[in-house]
Amino acid sequence: MTWLPDHLGEVLSLTVRHTYLAGVPLILGLLIALPLGWLARRYRGLYPILIIGTGLLYTIPSLALFIMLPLLLGTKILDPANVVIAMTIYTIALLVRTVADGLGSVPDAVNQSATAMGYRRGRRFLSVELPLAVPVISAGLRVAAVSNVSIVSVATLIGVQQLGSLFTDGFNRAFMEPIIVGVVACVLLALVFDGVILGATRLATPWQRAGKAPS
Amino acid sequence: MKRTKIAFAMTAVATVLSVSACGSGSSDPLAAGSTPAAKADAGTIVVGSANFPENALLAEIYAGALSAKGVKVDKKLNIGSRETYIPALKDGSIDLIPEYTGVLAQFFNPKVSATDAAGVYAELKAAVPSTLTVLDKSAAEDKDAVVVTKETAAKLKVKSIADLGPQAKNLTLGGPPEWKTRPTGVPGLKKVYNLDFKTFRPLDAGGPLSVQALKNGQVDAVNLFTTDPSVAANGFVILDDPKSLFAAQNVVPLITKTKVNPTISATLNSISAKLDTETLGQLVKQVVVDKKDASAVAEEFLAKNNLN
Amino acid sequence: MINRILAWLTDGAHWQGDDGITRRLVEHVGYSLTAVLIAALIAVPLGLYIGHTGRGRVFVVNIAGAARSVPSLGLLFLAILWLGPKLSGDIAFLVPAGLVLVVLAIPPILSGAYAGVEGVDPDARDAARGMGMRGTQVLRNVEFPCALPLIMSGIRSATLQVIATATIAAVVGLGGLGRFLIDGLAVRDTPQTASGAVLVAVLAMIVDLILALAQRYLVSRGLTGRYVTVPTFDAGDVSPPAPTLQHSA
Repeated sequence: MTWLPDHLGEVLSLTVRHTYLAGVPLILGLLIALPLGWLARRYRGLYPILIIGTGLLYTIPSLALFIMLPLLLGTKILDPANVVIAMTIYTIALLVRTVADGLGSVPDAVNQSATAMGYRRGRRFLSVELPLAVPVISAGLRVAAVSNVSIVSVATLIGVQQLGSLFTDGFNRAFMEPIIVGVVACVLLALVFDGVILGATRLATPWQRAGKAPS
Repeated sequence: MKRTKIAFAMTAVATVLSVSACGSGSSDPLAAGSTPAAKADAGTIVVGSANFPENALLAEIYAGALSAKGVKVDKKLNIGSRETYIPALKDGSIDLIPEYTGVLAQFFNPKVSATDAAGVYAELKAAVPSTLTVLDKSAAEDKDAVVVTKETAAKLKVKSIADLGPQAKNLTLGGPPEWKTRPTGVPGLKKVYNLDFKTFRPLDAGGPLSVQALKNGQVDAVNLFTTDPSVAANGFVILDDPKSLFAAQNVVPLITKTKVNPTISATLNSISAKLDTETLGQLVKQVVVDKKDASAVAEEFLAKNNLN
Repeated sequence: MINRILAWLTDGAHWQGDDGITRRLVEHVGYSLTAVLIAALIAVPLGLYIGHTGRGRVFVVNIAGAARSVPSLGLLFLAILWLGPKLSGDIAFLVPAGLVLVVLAIPPILSGAYAGVEGVDPDARDAARGMGMRGTQVLRNVEFPCALPLIMSGIRSATLQVIATATIAAVVGLGGLGRFLIDGLAVRDTPQTASGAVLVAVLAMIVDLILALAQRYLVSRGLTGRYVTVPTFDAGDVSPPAPTLQHSA
């Protein structure tokens, strides 16, 4: 293992790109999934449609999505935005259901109490339902994070640089070390994402710590 | 039926929403960093490369020499096949890429007929689209080749592609996926040598898949490049090409016309002047066999030739 | 665009021959089913054992979690470089690609299996013990049937992931529907790429539907009767893996 020490800078800059390509879609996807999940809850007829519709998105192979987006959007072929958009679509696909189920997990009694206390629909959603749904939504976000980190590496096949570039570079030269470094870096990055989401969840749900032993 | 229609409509809505959200997302400062600012800075040259080590190495050499001359350079290496990176060149994602005269001429004009270096270069110049241009060609050549193992060559008694003749119908040919339709690939072998292989197996562009597949008998003949050090390392036999299916393949820079200026063309031309086939082969070996970084090998080459 | 995809898909010539849709579809289903089957043979017993005994839970949960984040493409390249030269003939690429898909399929099946057993109503378990059942009998007659809905949803989500990911087999020169993506990409033939994507998505939907039906028949009526009020247990449900299932890590 002499390759890694000589290439720390390169691995670091690829990691930064990877973090960006996998992380930004998580935030965008969450922001879009929240209203969609809420809609699915609010209008029961929409639930199966939204869940099946977004579920379908997840079955599109990532490589196909990466290749087709420039044609659908008119973006440049090598534009990282194509990857960001594709990953956002996958994040939405995973999160709409989670958000809907998370909101559904809020006990009716709580909602009724909030209404009785004079909360209108919008405020009740923001200050009661959403916070209580955080643990479930966070679980979905963790799955999406791990899946994003893994899928982004496929973008190397369309010439977008990130940790996956180490896979193609190593493979083209039958050279295992860069590939191993890339795989390990992806796993570590997924762990970091996981840790950040867990930390944010703890901060957002102080009541959960009150009665429970730390998990 | 109605349900699926609504489902698709919702899907479309979700997609549009995400797209518009991303439009604003990519104006983020980090995004600007990873999207080389083609529009922001006309002086930056984005050097691209095809998805095989030699081409990435040549791109590193171009990039290193240009930045030594004070040109702002950004690299986008290992993009893919010609069918992908030429559109990237046309849409401004990249500005410069190392190319090979014969295949490139054929890509732009399937009717080209010259096979000698000068003739091919002249035809290439005429065939290149108006927004692009090629600079001086180098003496270094890296040709596509049809390669077999020593055992296969002995068993079939073949030295050239023509010798395969009717035996081809029992053989599996391997090559990059684009070979299935490229004029120099399967259709060319049929047209020029009248060869009908049993099957064509899509592999990679002269990479480890092609080498392994030939070694362990998944294919009987495979497309490799003449500079590939694994040909000698494995005792593979490069079949002669008496009818010149593969025309002269001199390394040549292909560049967006509006990006050319005297510094850039002088720098790239001086690289072409220093490159020959043997040198190129040695450089590729350092990357592929000795596992050195393409950028380090490029730097060494430039230093040795006072191009840095 | 949609017209060009339809034109590509309905062109009879694209369905026949060595590189036709029919052959690629069969290959794709073959790779996917084999991988899920092998993964299930490993992960279901292991998950049942962990759920039943509670032994090795932390270890397996962490390994499965890490396995989930291993990028398939990198693992595939490593497996080819490492195993390829040791094997000969067609299996030189088939085995590495299969390995990657099995690794991908194990975590969801595993977590489905142990979460299913762990979630069994302790009263039901006690009742079984009270009737004189031994450990393995409890496992076979009570815990396994009760865990079946979660095992099945683990298998379903694994299958969806494997079908979508089996496309990367084409990156290393194998067949399957991924061929249309890779070959389309190599020559910038977009209708071909898009058609490949459509075929994969349709295949995933159909297979999920079949598994959903299978689940209906396999799961004991006593359980479905109880679960029937839960809206997510719907045969037409082709949604992605229920994340609540996966976060038990």
